[in-house]
Amino acid sequence: MTALLEIKNLHVSVDDREILKGVDLTVEAGQTHAIMGPNGSGKSTLAYVLAGRPGYEVTDGSVTYKGENLLEMATDERAAAGVFLAFQYPIEIPGVATMTFLKAALNAQRKKQGLEELSTPDFVRRVREVSEKLNVTQEMLRRPLNVGFSGGEKKRNEIMQMALLAPSLCVMDETDSGLDIDALRVVADGVTAMKSPDRGIIVITHYQRLLNHIIPDVVHVLSAGKIVKTGGKELALELEETGYAGFVGAAA
Amino acid sequence: MNAEPRTIRTETEQAIARHFEDVIASVPGGERVRDLREAAFDKFRRAGLPHRRIEEWKYTDLRALMKQAAPPARRPLDTAPAHALKETPDPLDGLDRYRLVLVDGYFFDSLSSRAALRDAGIEVNATAAILGAGHDAAAALLSTPEQAAGDIAIALNAAFATDGVSVSVRAGVVLDKPLEILHLSTATVPHAAAIRNAIHIGAGASLKIIETYRGPAGIAHQVNAVTQIVVGRGAIVAYARLQAEGDQTLHLGTTTLTLADGARFDHLTVTAGAAVSRSQMFLVTGGERTWLGIHGAGMIGGRQHADTTLLIDHALPGANTRVLVKNVIDDEAHGVFQGKIIVEPDAQKTDAKMMSKALLLSDTSEFAAKPELEIFADDVQCGHGATSGRIDAEQLFYLMARGVPRAEAERLLIEAFLDEAIDALGDEAIGAALKRTVTAWLNKRGSRNG
Repeated sequence: MTALLEIKNLHVSVDDREILKGVDLTVEAGQTHAIMGPNGSGKSTLAYVLAGRPGYEVTDGSVTYKGENLLEMATDERAAAGVFLAFQYPIEIPGVATMTFLKAALNAQRKKQGLEELSTPDFVRRVREVSEKLNVTQEMLRRPLNVGFSGGEKKRNEIMQMALLAPSLCVMDETDSGLDIDALRVVADGVTAMKSPDRGIIVITHYQRLLNHIIPDVVHVLSAGKIVKTGGKELALELEETGYAGFVGAAA
Repeated sequence: MNAEPRTIRTETEQAIARHFEDVIASVPGGERVRDLREAAFDKFRRAGLPHRRIEEWKYTDLRALMKQAAPPARRPLDTAPAHALKETPDPLDGLDRYRLVLVDGYFFDSLSSRAALRDAGIEVNATAAILGAGHDAAAALLSTPEQAAGDIAIALNAAFATDGVSVSVRAGVVLDKPLEILHLSTATVPHAAAIRNAIHIGAGASLKIIETYRGPAGIAHQVNAVTQIVVGRGAIVAYARLQAEGDQTLHLGTTTLTLADGARFDHLTVTAGAAVSRSQMFLVTGGERTWLGIHGAGMIGGRQHADTTLLIDHALPGANTRVLVKNVIDDEAHGVFQGKIIVEPDAQKTDAKMMSKALLLSDTSEFAAKPELEIFADDVQCGHGATSGRIDAEQLFYLMARGVPRAEAERLLIEAFLDEAIDALGDEAIGAALKRTVTAWLNKRGSRNG
């Protein structure tokens, strides 16, 4: 059986500076992986490369998603194929109403998947179902995308989009940053609700606290562009005790 | 000395002079009007067409851009305009409105809602009739505000103006529907139309006006339109202009405006058509505590050239002025924004802000912005800014990361960019109608780019 995601010896440079220096990672459907690591270890770079952000040059290695070469796919094609990146810093887009954006995204993906566009009532019903669970209000949906949203509102909006688009691979980039404890719980519950036998989740985080809510199957430590240790959920607790100091040395 | 220097020298300029000699005897107006026309044409004889060494026309070198002088437009036969009106698509389709229709520069009463407007308290007269009568009204109609005295486009308009509409809104009138003043070119050979409109809005009146300019593709018409607007005390006016001329047209559109005490004037020019266009406005606050909102939404591609030039002179205290001009420029098109805000010594407490933003969609598109402030009062708040740049890469990535294809993501961002200026007019129905022009432009761009 092919893995959902298979990353082999991935080397990535940004502005000619090598950030990822040979990452290997396999995520099976149904699994939740946590990637932890100190600032500057390349966590966000890994997330962006998977989503297809311009400016990230893959110099070596491969990324296979559902048996296909992910790196050859355009950003929007990856999304339509089921790769979802929850942004650490969701982008504000003045002048584009959140509902307009959601409809454009959902229908674009459905079109690529060979499905019919949703009628407006069906679309509105779908949005209502997912938005209520994440405390995304009608008022927020009417506002321009992320404009004037608080940190917590932006993150809830990301998870709401994830629930609406129902991807196969969820990549959460520092989803816990900037959240208070209540917002953290709402977001974490939203992610946990996404767990499913045919879906993989990668949770990228600096801190262990998010993993109290989203229980990972596998924990990796990324340091200086390489995965230096892999273990079970107890590894996260160990890191909380000892910090990253020991692992930073191991990578050097 | 007799041999006064003449700067008319290009073939186009010589042709314009010949056309003037040909028509001066037949254009409407008696001796008094003729003297005014001669005086206006003398300005042209001395200066020639404006060129790049004339500061106000630095980025729109009309001498270079105007390769020919088309002959003056003739009044179409009575049946043709009705037919043309039916045959050409209406960009404002669905907008419930009154209409005044000018075809090839001539007013057509039979196609206009003149009687309904009269019942509503609005008197409409043809410019030709006013000029023909030759009274004081004729002189006023051909007059030029001091701030625009040196402008050659206006001078040529005064020399050649054949028709137009003069709209007089009684004090206190509140018009229930927008009034469209439609300028439609129909001739199949190039012509030059010189149109002079005047709009007087009485104290306390409230109405919405939309001037539209449309014409056939592939014909090098030349349209020179001047609209003088006077807004009375406390009147509230929303005034839109849609320039959707044919793709070979040269469009020179001038608006002059005077605002009385407490008057409010919200404006939006949407620029989509013409090969070369200049929309110029000369705005004067002739009263205290005026509100002026000047907005622009331009979208050009191919080798189009579009110039927006504003002069806003604040003469009296307490003015509030907001300027936001947005342009989207594709292919090898050139956009220009020039905006000058003047605050005279008596215009204390003026609060004026001016912003120009351009979105460049190709490596070969260009935009020139020249905002200026001239402030002679000490207790004022004035600011200006200008930006031009590409579509935001972060925003594009975010949309694409949600599955929106690049072309559609760009489209959403371009619409959002222009919508800000269109929404600023503050009228939902007119705004919705004008957004359809944006949609049509984006559709055309989409099909061009495959």
